[in-house]
Amino acid sequence: MALLEIRNLSKNFGGLAAVSDLDLDVEEGEIRGIIGPNGAGKTTLFNVISGTYRPSGGTIKLEGKSIAGKRPSTIAAMGAVRTFQHTALFEDFDTMGNVSIARHLHAKETIFGAILGTARKMELENEKRAEEIIEFIGLGEVKHELSINLSHGHQRALNVAMALAAEPRLLMLDEPVAGMNPSETATMTDIIRKLRNDWGITVILVEHDMRTVMDVCEHITVINFGQKLAEGSPDEIISNPEVIEAYLGSDDVLGEDF
Amino acid sequence: MKNPNDTASSPVSGGALGTPAAAPSQPDWQRKYGGWIVVLVILGVLCVLPFHMKFYHIELSILYFMSVILAVSYRLVTTTGDWGFAHIILQGVGAYATALLAKHAGIPFIVMVPLAGLVAAAVGAIIMIPMLRTKGFAFFIASFAFGEFIRMVWMKVNNPFGGTGGIVNIPSPELFGLKLTSSVNYYFACMAFMVAAVFIIWRLDRSRIGNAWKSIHTDDMLAECMGINVARYRTLAFMVGSFFAGIAGALLAYRMGSIDPHNFEITQMVYLVIWVVIGGASTFWGPLIGVTILTIAFEWSRPLLEWRPLMFGSLLIMFLIFLPGGIESLLPALRRPPGEHYARFRRWLTNNRPG
Repeated sequence: MALLEIRNLSKNFGGLAAVSDLDLDVEEGEIRGIIGPNGAGKTTLFNVISGTYRPSGGTIKLEGKSIAGKRPSTIAAMGAVRTFQHTALFEDFDTMGNVSIARHLHAKETIFGAILGTARKMELENEKRAEEIIEFIGLGEVKHELSINLSHGHQRALNVAMALAAEPRLLMLDEPVAGMNPSETATMTDIIRKLRNDWGITVILVEHDMRTVMDVCEHITVINFGQKLAEGSPDEIISNPEVIEAYLGSDDVLGEDF
Repeated sequence: MKNPNDTASSPVSGGALGTPAAAPSQPDWQRKYGGWIVVLVILGVLCVLPFHMKFYHIELSILYFMSVILAVSYRLVTTTGDWGFAHIILQGVGAYATALLAKHAGIPFIVMVPLAGLVAAAVGAIIMIPMLRTKGFAFFIASFAFGEFIRMVWMKVNNPFGGTGGIVNIPSPELFGLKLTSSVNYYFACMAFMVAAVFIIWRLDRSRIGNAWKSIHTDDMLAECMGINVARYRTLAFMVGSFFAGIAGALLAYRMGSIDPHNFEITQMVYLVIWVVIGGASTFWGPLIGVTILTIAFEWSRPLLEWRPLMFGSLLIMFLIFLPGGIESLLPALRRPPGEHYARFRRWLTNNRPG
């Protein structure tokens, strides 16, 4: 059984079908890339899986349990956590504070515990785990900086750290390397690989940076007009004439990019 | 954080109470206990004060304590970004609950005050269900509409709410045989509730729950995707705020002996918003400063009775234009971002453990 199983998924906005009749299987331990031209429905797909939008039809199953139409917080608790295309942070908080807030699911606190301050042991473990994640992502040097003052690369990395703090089984990254310089991109690519290899987290990646996608993903799904166009290994995708025509355009672009 | 040479990492629970930021030159005891000392001094003064004040000023202080509970609890609700306009109505819910239950069921003062809070919290939870669909300005309007609806019910329904005449002959408060009708006794009763309310809300403000509320204000979609159930946490904040509003209402009902819908009119709500905006809502201390300064200003302006709405209206506009952060933003010690308070709270929780 696949970790994520999507059948006949559709999402309409009025008369516009942003996603229509889409099937997708993501196996445990995979790094899956989802690519497609602008407006193909990649982000809508993420929004539907993560619960931000309700699907218009179809089923979404995470480990065999249906998650379609549930609240994002419930889906996060069930193990699927997403990041956003834009940089989304709790700006008033430092790096540790952001990660600590994102530990919410694993650091339950009752209102009476909050008043009496009895959450000591739980917060101690929580703090330790938050530091572990921050070190892993490479934000150790800036852990007491206000998140709004961090560099763009650090902010994007913090987004991933926050998603990790929720301890997902399935991590959905929406353009994780957007706007990054080459060295930041390389760091992020390493992180994504380590996530899967060392922590066993399944990753789905929506990305426009072809080099990154081809580099890090074992399987790629191409979406166009809300429908699946092709699926396969990076090599298969590059050589698929349909994909080249619909998405990558001319041979020139290919030559430049790869 | 675990670095012992890092002075900022010493547990500073006291400093978080609003003393100046811990400068390295400050002696250790001052940094550790400075805040608590300030609080103890203020409490000491408040304990001595009623024996040296005129009757009128004691009565004024009693109302001031209720205002403090209202302002601090209102600010708690606003930390989620929900600037509502029904807080005074929820105070009214507590007051009406007190009037009806104390009069007809004979419930004693010490039980009735928290019970009034629970009733207000329950009503708050009910009106929050439809209001969850709104946020920002729409929330403001929706809460105003629900508040006016409740007030209309009080005005139009004679049994049991007494219509425009309200409810009279609320039994006088008594605490274990001690009559609380005298000003000094009631002063201390109100002060006890005020101190408890402020302490609880202060604790909640810097706890994990308080920071979940603030994260909803910053980015509710991000908070939701990190696993914070936004609907549940907004409702929780609204209920806790309503609970304390209800307590302020019970204290008011007992003091006045009679209540009517005019006690909970929109002007009261406007004054509450003015306290919080002028004090500043981004830290816990802003509303306390606002309500203190404006209560004094309100008394001084007593001779200018008809001019008051104009004065306070212009004051509000001036603050919004020239000092949108409120008075608190003038005090550098308070101007820290909430994240810093949270970091200190976590340090206090984790580093300061016994053994």
